[in-house]
Amino acid sequence: MLNIKNLSKSFSSAGEPVHVLRGVDLDVRPGERVALTGESGSGKSTLLHLIAGLDAADGGTIMLESADVTALPDAGRAALRRNRLGLVFQQFNLIPSLSVEDNLSFQARIAGRHDAAWHGELIERLGLRKLLRRYPEQLSGGQQQRVAIGRALAIKPSLLLADEPTGNLDEATADDVLALTRDLVARTGCGFLMVTHSLHLAGTLDRHVTLHAGRIT
Amino acid sequence: MSADRLSRRAFAGGLAALTFSRCAFAQGYAGLGETADGFAQVTPGKAFSFPADHGPHPDFRIEWWYLTANLIDASGAACGLQWTLFRQATEAGPQREGWANQQLWMGHAAVTRADTHRFNELFARGGVGQAGVDAKPFAAWINDWEMKGAEGTDDRVLSPLTLKASGTDFSYALTLQADRPVVLQGDAGFSRKSERGQASYYYSQPFFRARGSLVIDDKPIDVSGQAWMDREWSSQPLDPDQTGWDWLSLHLSSGDKLMLYRLRQKDGKDDPFGNWISPDGRTQQIFAADIQMTPKGWAEVAGRKLPVEWQIAIPSRSFTITCKPLNPTAWMGTGFSYWEGPISFSGSHDGVGYLELTGY
Amino acid sequence: MRRALWILAVLLSHWRRHPMQLATLLIGLIAATALWSGVQAINQQARNAYDRAAATFGGVRTAMLVAPDAATFSQDLFVALSRAGWPVSPVVEGRVQINGRSFRLLGIEPVTLPAEVGNAPRLGASDLRAFVAPPGQTLVAPETLADLDAAEGAAPLISSGAILPPLHAQPQLVPDVLVVDIGFAQRLLGKQGQLSRLLIGKAKGKPAPLASVVGDRLQRVEPNAETELERLTDSFHLNLTAFGLLSFFVGLFIVNSAVGLAFEQRLPMLRTLRACGASARMLNSVLVLELVVLALAAGLVGLVCGYVIAAALLPDVVASLRGLYGAQIPGQLSLRGEWWLAGIGISIAGALIAAAMSLIKAMRLPLLATAQPQAWQQAQRRWLILQSAAALAVFAVALLLLRYGDSLIAGFGVLAALMLGAALILPALLEIILSIGQRRARRPLALWFWADSRQQLSGLSLALMALLLALAVNVGVSTMVETFSRTFISWLNGRLAADVYISAPDNAKAVAIRSWLRERSEVQAILSGGRAETQLEGQPVELLGLPDHALYRERWPLLEAAPRAWAQLVPGDAAFVSEQLSRRLNLRVGDVIEIPAPGGSWVLDIAGIYADYGNPKGQLAVNVAALIRRFPQTPQTRIGLIVPRDKIPGLITALQRQFALDDRSVADQATVKAESIRIFNRTFAVTGALNAFTLGVAGIALLTSLLTLANSRLPQLAPLWAIGLTRSRLAAIELTKTLAVALFTALLALPLGLIVAWCLIAIVNVKAFGWRLPFHVFPLQLVELVAVALLASLLAALLPVARLARMQPANLVKVFANER
Repeated sequence: MLNIKNLSKSFSSAGEPVHVLRGVDLDVRPGERVALTGESGSGKSTLLHLIAGLDAADGGTIMLESADVTALPDAGRAALRRNRLGLVFQQFNLIPSLSVEDNLSFQARIAGRHDAAWHGELIERLGLRKLLRRYPEQLSGGQQQRVAIGRALAIKPSLLLADEPTGNLDEATADDVLALTRDLVARTGCGFLMVTHSLHLAGTLDRHVTLHAGRIT
Repeated sequence: MSADRLSRRAFAGGLAALTFSRCAFAQGYAGLGETADGFAQVTPGKAFSFPADHGPHPDFRIEWWYLTANLIDASGAACGLQWTLFRQATEAGPQREGWANQQLWMGHAAVTRADTHRFNELFARGGVGQAGVDAKPFAAWINDWEMKGAEGTDDRVLSPLTLKASGTDFSYALTLQADRPVVLQGDAGFSRKSERGQASYYYSQPFFRARGSLVIDDKPIDVSGQAWMDREWSSQPLDPDQTGWDWLSLHLSSGDKLMLYRLRQKDGKDDPFGNWISPDGRTQQIFAADIQMTPKGWAEVAGRKLPVEWQIAIPSRSFTITCKPLNPTAWMGTGFSYWEGPISFSGSHDGVGYLELTGY
Repeated sequence: MRRALWILAVLLSHWRRHPMQLATLLIGLIAATALWSGVQAINQQARNAYDRAAATFGGVRTAMLVAPDAATFSQDLFVALSRAGWPVSPVVEGRVQINGRSFRLLGIEPVTLPAEVGNAPRLGASDLRAFVAPPGQTLVAPETLADLDAAEGAAPLISSGAILPPLHAQPQLVPDVLVVDIGFAQRLLGKQGQLSRLLIGKAKGKPAPLASVVGDRLQRVEPNAETELERLTDSFHLNLTAFGLLSFFVGLFIVNSAVGLAFEQRLPMLRTLRACGASARMLNSVLVLELVVLALAAGLVGLVCGYVIAAALLPDVVASLRGLYGAQIPGQLSLRGEWWLAGIGISIAGALIAAAMSLIKAMRLPLLATAQPQAWQQAQRRWLILQSAAALAVFAVALLLLRYGDSLIAGFGVLAALMLGAALILPALLEIILSIGQRRARRPLALWFWADSRQQLSGLSLALMALLLALAVNVGVSTMVETFSRTFISWLNGRLAADVYISAPDNAKAVAIRSWLRERSEVQAILSGGRAETQLEGQPVELLGLPDHALYRERWPLLEAAPRAWAQLVPGDAAFVSEQLSRRLNLRVGDVIEIPAPGGSWVLDIAGIYADYGNPKGQLAVNVAALIRRFPQTPQTRIGLIVPRDKIPGLITALQRQFALDDRSVADQATVKAESIRIFNRTFAVTGALNAFTLGVAGIALLTSLLTLANSRLPQLAPLWAIGLTRSRLAAIELTKTLAVALFTALLALPLGLIVAWCLIAIVNVKAFGWRLPFHVFPLQLVELVAVALLASLLAALLPVARLARMQPANLVKVFANER
C-alpha cells in the first residue's frame, strides 16, 4: 500500500548541504503497524513529512496505493491528505477556536467524508463523550492527543502517520493513547506508521524499522 | 426628460383637450365634446372664397393642411409621403400679437416605402413667424418645412405648389401641379361628423400630379405620381362617444377619386360617409346605407392591432375592392400617434391611395 | 463549494473566540467607510446641485448661439434660423428686483425647448396653456417661494412697477430663478423682440450653415463641462475630500493592525488546515472570501453611519457653501445608487489593502513551521530603516511639490506628503528617544521599562502614526481657523464703518429715505454705497462704490496702499483692488487696469489692495460718485449712516415704521457683524466636526492596538510578576509606558501640526480662496490638544490595564505551564 523507493532529501544548513535521506526504501502493507525509530536528526520526521506531501523529495518515489506522492501538484497532495491520510503530531495541532466535536469532524467534513456513525463510534472509543463542548485549551495533553487521533481517523484513512504522538505525554498516558490507537487502527484496517524515539513503544507494533545514516536498516 | 414633458407631451397630451389633428378627433379625449365656447361655428351653406379660405381661420379652434402622395421611382417601386401642418388655437378671441398669440402649430412629415417608414414632427408658436400660413401668395410653413405657391399660382386650383420637409434620416422636395379646381367635400364643403351636429368645413385638391426627389439615408431617388390635399377646419370636432376613425383617399386608375371614412362609436357601431369625385371634378356624396367597409387583415404595430387591409363595397356603383398597405408598419409615433400609409387596391376597380387609422 | 464553506467556518471560528479582535476589525472598516462615504455623499449632493443650477434651461450644459458682444439680439434671427432648419429655442434673461432682492428672470419658449435641456419643470396636462397664455405663470423653486414669503398664485410687483405672472412652485428649479414664458419675460425686462441666446437642440435634418443665415451676428458656444460654481467650490470639496481620505486611512490603520494580529494568531490553524488537506489555493481563496464578507458587512453598516454623518453635517455644509460662494444646495440629502455601490466597493478595497501584507504572508506560508522568527530587535531595526528611508523619499516629494507645484492639488499634495513622511518616520524617532532613555536608565526596572517600550513599538506604531496624523491635522486646522477667525473679526471691525445699514427696495424709495434722514438731527452722516458688475478676462467682477468720508479713510482696512490712496480715489480714476482679484490678475499697487463700462472702458490706477474675505468674486472699490457716473444703471439703494450709539434703536424703529422696511433691509452694525460672524462660524463647523471625528478614530485605533497587544504581552509580564511585582504595579507601569509613548507622539505632532497650519494658510488658502493670512501660533490651544491626546490615550489604555490589574494569577501561571 505504501511503497517508498530510493527516496532522498537534503537541506542546506549554513550554506552546506546536509543529506538527510540517502535512498530510503520502505513498504507498509494494509493493516500493518510499523514503528520508525532513529536518533535525533536522523530524518524520521522528514520522511513522514515527505510521505504526507508536506515537503518535496529530491529523488525517489513514494507510492501511496496507486498515487505517486512525489509527482503530485499541491492540490493533488492536499486531496491525498484530505482523503487518504491521517496525521497526528507531537504538538496535537488542534484548532484552538473549534470545540472538541468540531475538531474531530472538520477534516472529514472538508473531505466530504463525514460519517455520523463512525464519528459517534470514535467519540465513544476515545472516551470524548463528556468533552465534546470543550475547547482544546481546556483539555489535558492526553485528551488533546486523543482528539487529534480521532480527527485523523475520522476520514477512515488508508494510512495513519504519527510523529511522536506521545512525546508530550507521561508514560502511563502514552501507553493508554497508543493502545487506543492500535485498537482503532485494527478496527479501520489502515496502515500505521509511527515515528517514536521510545523502543518500548516501538516494541508494541507489528514491525520496527530504524533510520540510520539516511537509510532504513 | 422633463423638457420633453414640457414641450411635446404637454402639447400632445395636455392640449389634447384642444384637439389638434384629425387623429385627436378620433381619440375621444375628455373635452372633445365640449361646446366650442367663443369659437366660430361650422354651419351649412358657407360660401367658400379663394384664396382667402386657403389661409388660416383663427376663429375656429383647429385646422389643417394635409397632403399625401402616392409615388413611384424610376424602377417602378411604390412609395408614399405625407406633409401636414396643424393649427390649434388655445383661446378664442381677437388674435394677439407676438408671443402672446394664441395659435400653436404642429407639423408632421413622413415617407413610406415597402421596406421603411420614416417620420418627424415639429412644434411652434404662432405670432412670431416660426410657423404660419399665408393665403396669397399661398405659403404654409413650420421651420424649414413648407408648402408654397408662387406668383402664378391659380387660387381656384391651388397650383403649382412646391413642397418640402425633412427628418433626421429623410427629406423630400416635390412640385405639385393640378389642372382642375379644388373640390368641396361633404355637402358643398360642409362635412357632417355626427348625428348631433359636429361638423367641419372640408375641401380637397385630389388631382395633383407630383414630381420631385426623395432622400432616404442620404440616397436621393427621383419620384413621380399623384397627390391629394385636404383642407379642413372646425371648432367642435367630435362627439364624445366617437372613438376614432378609418379614412381613405383613393386614386382610381379610371381618373375618378374617392374619399371615404367611417367614425367608430363606443357601442361598436360606425358611421360611414364618402364623396365620389369624377375625373371632371364633379362630386357626389355617398351615404352610410350605400357603404360597406370591412376590415380584412390586421397588423400588429407599436403594440396595437390595426386593420390595415380592407374590403370596401359601394353597391350602387358596382364598386368592390380589396385594399392592401404598401407597408403595414406605417405607424406615426408622434405626440399623437396614428397609422398613416400608402395602399393599393384591386377588384372591380384598381388604383392607389392613402389610409389613415386613428383611435386604436 | 461545501469544502470552501467548511474551511470558512473553521476560519471564522477564530473570531468567535476573539470577539474583541473582530470588533476592532469591523470598527476600523466601519469608521473608514463611514467617514469616506459621508464626505462623498456631501460632495455628491453639492455637485448635483451645481449641475442642476448649471443646466437650468440650458445654462451652460447646452450648446447655444449668442451675440459676440454678449448683448441681446433681435428675435428675427430666431425666426430666420428656424426657417433655415435650425432646431433652436429662444431664451431671454435679465435680473429683476422684488422687495429689494435681486432675482434672475429667465424667459423660455416651452414648445421649442430642446428635449436634451435638463431640469425643465414638469408641466402636466393643461399646464402649458397656463404657462403661455395670459396671465401666465412664474415658475420658482419652493425655497424661493418661501424666501419671498409669498403664497402659490401670488403675483409680486417688481421694482420696475410691473407685475409678475402668478407664482407657481416647481421643485426641480434652483432657488433665486424666476422662469416665465418668453413673451412675459421680454415685457418684464423691457426687451421686446429681443433675445439673450438660442439653445440648440438635436438637429433633425440638415440646417443651412450658420453664417449663411445670420452672418456674424451670432456665434456658437459649445456646452461647458465645468461651471464657474464648480470651479469656485472645488477647493471646499477638495478640503472635505482630504478629510474624508485622512479618516479613511486612519480607519485602515486600525484594520491593518487587527488583521495583522489575527493572521499571526491563526498561522498554526492555517498550517493544520493545510495538513488536513486544504489546498493552498483553496485556503487563500477562502481567506480573501472571509475578508470580503467582513468588509461587506462592515461596509453596509459604514454606509448607514456615513449617511447619518452626511445628514448631520449637511446643514453646516449648505451654510458654508452659501456663505462662501453663494451656492444653493438643497438641505435634504438625496443619494444615488452609485453612492451605495461605491461605498461597498471602497470598504472591500480598503480591507484588501489593509490586509494585503497579511494575505501575502498567508499565501507564502511554508507548510512546515520554520524555526522561531528572528530576534525581534533585528527585524525591528530593518523595518525602521526601511520605513525611515521611505519617509525621506516622501519628504523629498513634498519639497519638490512645494518648490515647483502651483495648484491647489499641489498644495494638498505637499500636505499629504508631509504627513505621510512624518507618520513613517515616527517609529524611528520614538525608537531613538526610547533608546536614549534606556541608555540613561540606572535602575533595573527602569531599564526594563525602556527596553520593553521599544519592543512594544512595532505593535503600537500604526496606532501611534494614526494618532500623530490626527493630532497634527488638529493642530494645523485649529491654528488656521483661529488665525482666520481673529483676522476676520478685526477686518470686519474696520470694514463695517457705518453704524446703520439700509437697503432700500428701489431708487425712488432710497431718495425718499435720504430726504427723510436729512431731517433727522441724530444722523451725523448719510453715506451712499453702490454695487455694479462687469467682466474682466471673462469672469464677473464686482465694483464697489465707497463714499468719501473720514470714517472710511480712518478705518477701512487696506493691506497695501499708495501714498494718499484715499485722495486718489475721489476723482474717479483710481481703484482699490481686492486681494483675490489682485492675485488672480497679478495686480500691484501702481498698476493700471482697464475695465469695460457702458460708456466705454474705464481706466483705473490701482491705489491699494484690500482684504475681502469670503467673497468668491473679484472686487474693485472705487468712489461711489464716480461709479454712478460710469455705471448710471447702478441702483443707489444702499445707504450707510453715522449715528450716536444710543440713538440707533430709535432711528431704526422710526425708519421701519416710516418706510415699512423689514429686518433685512435695515440693520445696525452690531447685527450685521453678528450675522457675518455666525456665517463664518458655520463655515468652519464642518471642518471642526470632521476634525473631531478624525481624532476619535485615532483614539479608537490606539485603543484597539492596545487591546490586541495586551493579550500577547502576558508572556513578557508574567516573569516580572513571578519575580515579585504586584499586578497593580505591573498595570501602573503599563499605563505609564503607554502614556509616555503617547506623550512623545503628541509632542512630535506639535511641530508637524504647525507646519500643516503654515501649509494651509500660506499655500492652500491662497490657492483656494485667494487670500493670505498672517501666521499666528496659539500656545494655549496646543497645550489643550496635548492634554486631549493624553486623555484619549489614557482612556484607550485604561481598559487593557484594568484587565491586567484584575487578572487571575492562574492566567499568569499558565504562561509557564503551557509553554508551547
